[in-house]
Amino acid sequence: MQVSLKWLKDYLDLDVTPEELAERLTMAGLEVDSLRSIEPAFSGVRVARIVSLRPHPQADQLSLCQVDVGNATFPVVCGAKNIRIGDIVPLAQVGAILPSGDVIRSVRIRGELSEGMLCSEEELGIGSDTSGIMILPADLPLGKELEGALDLYDAVLDIGVTPNRSDCLSILGVAREAAAIMGKKLRYPPVCVTENDEEIRGITSVSIEDADLCPRYTARVIKNVRIGPSPFWMRRRLEAVGLRSINNIVDVTNFVMMELGQPLHAFDFRFLEEGRIVVRRSRAGETFVSLDEKERVLRADTLMICDGVKPVAIGGVMGGLNSEIQNDTEMILLESAYFNPASIRRTARALGMGTDAAFRFERGIDPEGVIRALDRAAGLMAELSGGTVCRGVIDQYPRIVPSSKDIPLRLGRIRDVLGVAVEEADVVRILENLEMTVERAGKGCFRVTPPTCRVDIEREIDLIEEIVRLHGYDRVPATLPAVSVIAEVAEGKRVVEVRIREILTGVGYQEVINYSFVSPDAAAQLGFPEMDERRLYVRIKNPLTEEQAVMRTTMVQSLLCNARRNADVGCFDLKIFETGRTFMRQGEGKLPREHNRAALLITGRRYEDRWHFQDLQADFYDLKGCVENILNALRIDVPVFRKDVTEPFLHPGKSCGVFAGDTQIGFLGEVHPEVLTRMGLTGIIAVCELDLDLIAERFSTKVSFQNLPRFPLSSRDVAFLVRREIEAAEMLRSATDSVEELLEKVQIFDVYEGKNIPAGMKSLGLRFSYRGADRTLTDDEVNRVHARIVQKIVHASGASIR
Amino acid sequence: MTGELEVLREQAETELRKAGSEEEIQTVRTRFLGRKGLLTGLLRNIANVAPGDRPQFGKDCNEVKEALAARIDQVLAGLEASRKEQIILRERIDVTLPGRVVRHGRLHPVTQIREEICRIFAGLGFSVVEGPEIELDYYNFEALNIPKDHPARDMQDTFYVEDNIVLRTHTSPVQVRIMEKTRPPVRILSPGRVYRRDSDISHTPMFHQIEGLLVDRGITFGDLKGVLTVFLRQMFGKDTALRFRPSFFPFTEPSAEVDIRCVMCRGKGCRVCGQSGWLEILGSGMVDPAVFENVGYDPEEFTGFAFGLGLERIAMLKFGISDIRLFFENDLRFLEQF
Repeated sequence: MQVSLKWLKDYLDLDVTPEELAERLTMAGLEVDSLRSIEPAFSGVRVARIVSLRPHPQADQLSLCQVDVGNATFPVVCGAKNIRIGDIVPLAQVGAILPSGDVIRSVRIRGELSEGMLCSEEELGIGSDTSGIMILPADLPLGKELEGALDLYDAVLDIGVTPNRSDCLSILGVAREAAAIMGKKLRYPPVCVTENDEEIRGITSVSIEDADLCPRYTARVIKNVRIGPSPFWMRRRLEAVGLRSINNIVDVTNFVMMELGQPLHAFDFRFLEEGRIVVRRSRAGETFVSLDEKERVLRADTLMICDGVKPVAIGGVMGGLNSEIQNDTEMILLESAYFNPASIRRTARALGMGTDAAFRFERGIDPEGVIRALDRAAGLMAELSGGTVCRGVIDQYPRIVPSSKDIPLRLGRIRDVLGVAVEEADVVRILENLEMTVERAGKGCFRVTPPTCRVDIEREIDLIEEIVRLHGYDRVPATLPAVSVIAEVAEGKRVVEVRIREILTGVGYQEVINYSFVSPDAAAQLGFPEMDERRLYVRIKNPLTEEQAVMRTTMVQSLLCNARRNADVGCFDLKIFETGRTFMRQGEGKLPREHNRAALLITGRRYEDRWHFQDLQADFYDLKGCVENILNALRIDVPVFRKDVTEPFLHPGKSCGVFAGDTQIGFLGEVHPEVLTRMGLTGIIAVCELDLDLIAERFSTKVSFQNLPRFPLSSRDVAFLVRREIEAAEMLRSATDSVEELLEKVQIFDVYEGKNIPAGMKSLGLRFSYRGADRTLTDDEVNRVHARIVQKIVHASGASIR
Repeated sequence: MTGELEVLREQAETELRKAGSEEEIQTVRTRFLGRKGLLTGLLRNIANVAPGDRPQFGKDCNEVKEALAARIDQVLAGLEASRKEQIILRERIDVTLPGRVVRHGRLHPVTQIREEICRIFAGLGFSVVEGPEIELDYYNFEALNIPKDHPARDMQDTFYVEDNIVLRTHTSPVQVRIMEKTRPPVRILSPGRVYRRDSDISHTPMFHQIEGLLVDRGITFGDLKGVLTVFLRQMFGKDTALRFRPSFFPFTEPSAEVDIRCVMCRGKGCRVCGQSGWLEILGSGMVDPAVFENVGYDPEEFTGFAFGLGLERIAMLKFGISDIRLFFENDLRFLEQF
């Protein structure tokens, strides 16, 4: 909402600077986003009178005039045709600078001396009229600087009016607020209508068929208008607040809307068939051409203003091209109505027409201000266009718009909400400054009736807000609450997430955050089979782009995109992770299932490009180590990595499911070469995704301390020769499954294939560690147990000992 | 005889001084102290000494022998020490070569800010809770006093999944969900992703918010000011100037926008603060009685306040980032800076 300071001053006396006013309004809840000053962009232009005028002897198109600036006269050569002797005009004197940058010089034009230039509005940058020299009011003092004579200085506040404050979508509304803040008296604009003898009821009628959408419709008729440009002052006002001047009738509707907040519409009466207005709902599919010359297809529920035959306006949103004011319009029907806010909002949104009128109607205008605005506009139209206003008003008000009355207010409640008491006298003063009626209703209690324009005030709390807003937020002392003690409960998922982040950043993973929405192509990129439930995307009905049209069902694709982006800028070594959610559709009307996940990706060199390390390429085992680390830290019971469970986008021989016991909690593996190709990636990329909700159900923070061993450890190394496909875990299991209590642990110290090993076989080196709980073991003891275990492994796996 | 001993001692001393290597020293040791050594020989000739002088002679001989042995050990130790020293002096590395780094990773700047805020509020007794990112219209709007066809919906441009299901536009629905299932006192903090249909240099279609809510008996607007003042001073420094400014949110009343003195220009006015000298940091207010009624709390019995802030905005201010989209491009050159 743009507010001209000069315009504002019509309604109250201001003795503060524009900056101070902006600050005071902001601190009372009308946030001033910017403050702009309007200044003339010229200098050296004075008020002058044309004292003589004759044709230029050498040029048909030019005239010679003498102009008087009070204490001197100057010869000026002029090309305009609209000037007469005696006209008061702006004279740019020698040395004047115009907005174009031109400097006026003393020159001879076709042999005649010209000491200055007469200017048009457009040349002075103060209007759009280019038709001729600007003719000034006759009472301006000769010789006075034009900027002072016309008072061309102004300041414009741009106020971000919150949706609740529809009353402040007008200059008068802002003035009311400013008056309340500063304790000033508000001056209402004069409303004077001089009516002629012709009764409006003899001319037209209004019938409302859908009162739920249009509770009130009022109209006046103005005859014998002459369409022309608006006077300079009105054009300046409209331009200052960002509106374009059209003509003296349309400008009045806009002017009054800005002044009082009531949108108005003027119809050319000629085009109203049967000379009457009917207010009704549209029929579905009905089309209509609005003022902006666009054809609109209407929904069934759209409120239309019609004449006896056809629609002539989309009620509260925009008028129609078929009844627009034209240059030869002589008779006007002026509309001032109250429309149902929700209905206007639906229509404006459906049609994409956020007009100034719709903006005000949907926020709620003053239902009792309708007539005042109608009269104000009719009076101005008559004044500016030479027309006359027909006698009487049509006021169809079939459904009363309720206004709040007698809202109870307790002083004690004010103190309870704010934490500080506000003096009774201050409470009454603040509310009365806001034009509310305050009645006493017992000790410490009041009944308050707000003005009808304050549609946002219905309850006690609304009044309390008004009081503290104008009392000053800064006058409420900051306190710390006396609160009940409650234990802080950390959700399991959060504990898990925090821990995983610690571990991953510790081992060099960088956290990323991706959008939760992806392209529906992600499913094909990852090669999900037709039946995969991860194809059941939650689809956004109104995405910004198709690239962001569905909610992701896995985070892997996002991380692969990150790898791609970084590769594009030359970064091929990557360890990244993300924690976030994936979304699974659950059918019509149901909220999707949301899963908390962590995803990891590693690619490129294992260590940074430094002089210490060789180029070690990261692979499956780097990522697996990381996952083991996490599961170990969270004390997940029996982590298992199973090759029989895999993912379509992973390399079938280099991937596995991650299990806690029998429950799958994630997957891990190198990305399938086909997927890499599809996504434009190269090298080895390992990814993993873990379900944090499942982990949160299983993790433990419990520590049960074990005494430190008191007796030494004794180790035996054995290299087994086994078939290549035998899994290490299987070998270890044969050992650990045995109930030998002296065996403390088995580790793999070597895996080897190649030279000296037969084809299809591999060498697996295991280290067995033995310890007695109560004694140092003898070699014999160890050897006996060891032999049994080795025998068992050989038996179970068919291995031989190298 | 004593003279002879003295001569030997001096001779040994002289030879020892001359001996430069361990080998030469060992030779000296053998020559004088060995089984066939000169000192040993002298002692063996004790028979030539007058019987009365023998004890004294033996004692003198042993003294010289011990002294010599000790002296030899000392010289040897010295030699060893200087050898080691020589070796150490020769050992040199280039300390200016870079160290063997296994670099730690970093948290995303948004996470860093979120954790900092959670830490501050944990100190004030707030628990972290979460809610769905895809929400029912009811929780995202209606329960928060934002009816259908209400202009307040314009404040947030919404992504729809179905007519009744939206991507949440703020973290505020968590308030309602928590209050529906707990009785006061409530003291929660709810961070998370939120979605609005907007994309330019200062808007991304997804961003992060943190919502806070405190409900109990006797909570006042003064308490709101107090708690948020404590928070903002911990976040931005203890001398941070702030102001509370009336504003409008459908689910709080009275509502307050909280500004801090611009961290860039210290209030002089700059591009970041739009010349105002102030930065909008968070929205807050006393929970609207209508919201309490929606969750079955008696607004006469309980009062409370809520607040919400955008994490990217805070991160942008703290780190001096001017384009919000950088947060989600996940370019390592950006992420590694935090």
